[in-house]
Amino acid sequence: MNNKKNRKFTFNTQIVLLLIVTALWVFLSISSSYFLTYENIANIMRQMAIQGILAVGEVVVIITAGIDLSVGSVVALVNIIMSKMVVSGTPIWISILSVLALSTGIGLVNGVVIYDMRVPAFIATLGMMTIARGATLLISNGSNVFGLPRSLATFASGSFLGIPNLFWFLLLTVVAIEFMLRNTTFGKYIYALGSNPEAARLSGVNLRLVTYGVYALAGFLWGLGGVLETSRLWMGVPTTGTGYELDAIAAAVLGGASLFGAEGNAIGAFFGALVMITIYNGAVLLNINPFWQRILVGIIVIVTVAIDQIRKRRET
Amino acid sequence: MDKYAVQLVNISKSFPGVQALKDVTFTLKEGEVKALVGENGAGKSTLIKILTGAYVPDKGEIYVFGKKVERMTPIISENLGISAVYQNLVLAPHLTVAENIVLGSEPRKMRIFVNKSKMLEKARKVLAEVGYENIIDPNEKLGNLPVAQQGIVAIARALSRKAKVVIFDEPTAVLAKRETEELFRIIKDLKERGVSVIYISHRLEEIFEICDTVYVSKDGKFVGEMPVSETDEDKLISMMVGRKLRKEIYAKRNIGNVVLEVENIKNKKLKGCSFFMREGEIVGLYGLVGSGRTELARAIFGADPIEEGKIQMEGKPVHVKSPSHAIKASLALVPEDRRRHGLALKLSVRDNINLPIYKHISRLSVINHFMERSIANDFVKKLRIKTPSISTIVMHLSGGNQQKVVIAKWLASKSKIFIMDEPTNGIDVGAKEEIYHLMNELASEGAAILFISSYMPELMGICDRILVMRDGKIVGDVPREEMTEEKLLTLAIKEKNGEVSVNE
Repeated sequence: MNNKKNRKFTFNTQIVLLLIVTALWVFLSISSSYFLTYENIANIMRQMAIQGILAVGEVVVIITAGIDLSVGSVVALVNIIMSKMVVSGTPIWISILSVLALSTGIGLVNGVVIYDMRVPAFIATLGMMTIARGATLLISNGSNVFGLPRSLATFASGSFLGIPNLFWFLLLTVVAIEFMLRNTTFGKYIYALGSNPEAARLSGVNLRLVTYGVYALAGFLWGLGGVLETSRLWMGVPTTGTGYELDAIAAAVLGGASLFGAEGNAIGAFFGALVMITIYNGAVLLNINPFWQRILVGIIVIVTVAIDQIRKRRET
Repeated sequence: MDKYAVQLVNISKSFPGVQALKDVTFTLKEGEVKALVGENGAGKSTLIKILTGAYVPDKGEIYVFGKKVERMTPIISENLGISAVYQNLVLAPHLTVAENIVLGSEPRKMRIFVNKSKMLEKARKVLAEVGYENIIDPNEKLGNLPVAQQGIVAIARALSRKAKVVIFDEPTAVLAKRETEELFRIIKDLKERGVSVIYISHRLEEIFEICDTVYVSKDGKFVGEMPVSETDEDKLISMMVGRKLRKEIYAKRNIGNVVLEVENIKNKKLKGCSFFMREGEIVGLYGLVGSGRTELARAIFGADPIEEGKIQMEGKPVHVKSPSHAIKASLALVPEDRRRHGLALKLSVRDNINLPIYKHISRLSVINHFMERSIANDFVKKLRIKTPSISTIVMHLSGGNQQKVVIAKWLASKSKIFIMDEPTNGIDVGAKEEIYHLMNELASEGAAILFISSYMPELMGICDRILVMRDGKIVGDVPREEMTEEKLLTLAIKEKNGEVSVNE
């Protein structure tokens, strides 16, 4: 067909995103002398770690043409339960393993409700979002949990090889998930499920296991996010994580994930999260009214996806 | 001289890979009931869709009541009094019967509100016209009615439009006996009121009961037209058939042992199917649309449940509970609708070809990319798939090449029994021949192929035997020496006892 015409228009999502990040970074380094300092960059990394992990989890779900809205409340539930356990004297590593098992279990329940009960993912995880938030408030009685050991806070503010500890977790997650998506059978099945579930089923793919696996994996990552959040906050806050699901979805979509499925990857989600954090960070440095940050992020999400859609329409 | 209600003059229409209509002229007089018959693919539906404005013809003129219509659209068509009742009902199951009947022409109150009482009154009146006023409640949700009664609602809806031309496209396919009789009464009534009717049906005996004239088309071309009193079923059948493929594609092969034996399988759509297939054999499966061919293919492949019956492979009984069981048993399905069921369109050629075998080319679930690529490259070369590279997204390939990707997928998984449902549908002539060659090659290497097609010449060209289905049953098994189009079509259409066939 008219391939030549399309070649000229090579703005894919990642390139658009890279341009936005570069523009933002250039602009911010010029307008604020503090922006390119080690402290500030380490700060960005710390802020980005949790959001990035959640975005990577969300992208895996979105590739299957699904969605998970339970992100923020599972983070809060993990935060509260872990804080309570640690404060009551349970060894930290046992607490961590327990909450990770719990959050993975919650994800598995999402998968069962979505696959076996045929509840649309949006509704199933919306329900789970409310349930987890309710449970968090119930367990904490609505108040913060204090008295966590100092070591947790030190871990969050510490660094390894000059890179903040929290950020290592994000890097690890991105590499592991990207590897999984590209190189494993599970990864291929995730894309196949998102592109055409019936064709995947007729090719012998066990859609039940893939659905369970995807939501359980997402749940595990929400748990990891919750553990890191606990370390960063150094207390249990029952209202934490509010709106995280939207940030995660926005970052995933910015990174090229399509809500229609079969498109997206972990590296894209990483850069999506980077754009958002850069805006938040820059707004603080430039003394912009924080309420503007959200408006800006909203505009960028819509514009990026709109450009992407136009590009696709030209292709076909 | 009689006045014409509809004149379609020299209409041509083509779709990618097919010429659906070629220079067809079709006329309908006022008050005439005309049957439109022809095999699958004869162009009947295309003709109707051009009249109702769903398709725009490439060439030709449309006159309605003597006036030329420059550009037909569904709205203009409806305003001119043309109304259609389709086989697969186009109604909204979540709305009530009354809402469905008036949909698009609701009686209004103050312009924007629906006048409920008038709407009900109107619905009751139309239902009374068709004799269902005490049987169908206009307040009932349409989806709660039996399918046959939904058919009556569709008819009522068409009548409520004060239609002057009513088209029935295979209406009896969903109707039960009582509704069918009611439909015939309605059609006779319409005729008396001077309404013209176009009646499409595979059930020829119905045509002799209610139509004045019959119009036969074949391969998108006009074949003949005559009053029903001057013809009979056998004559019609011989007019509907009689084509030749340009090339003889049959190759003599060595036929081995029985590899698949299906005994009396039944489910919602299948009413008892038995047949067998042998190594190296290409078995055709012919039947009209709705006869259950696709359902049979899906049931054997484990895509739809089987309620009764047995399947044996190489003499051993197998339980095919899901497609993955079928694949393990070396079955392969090339589905009818490759875009909906055969391919993950947004994924690459490489991913699609390897999808069923990723388990086998991975270790600890990590894929061996070297094997993945070499397998994909091999089949792209072997099947001459025209693609810029193996990482091209399948969506961007042509229909014929997409079909080859589906076949490559099953070759890669070393299947032995292939079920190919309309594999040459919508692909161009050159690609079709390549697919035939491929089938011959596969069978020569010992594979058994079940070749489902609506196009008799291709079946007769390549198959060792042809099974014929009608109403969910296999009604014939015709060996190569006895194949004639008349014989196949007679099996596919005619009831033995000549009764109107009904779906209870």
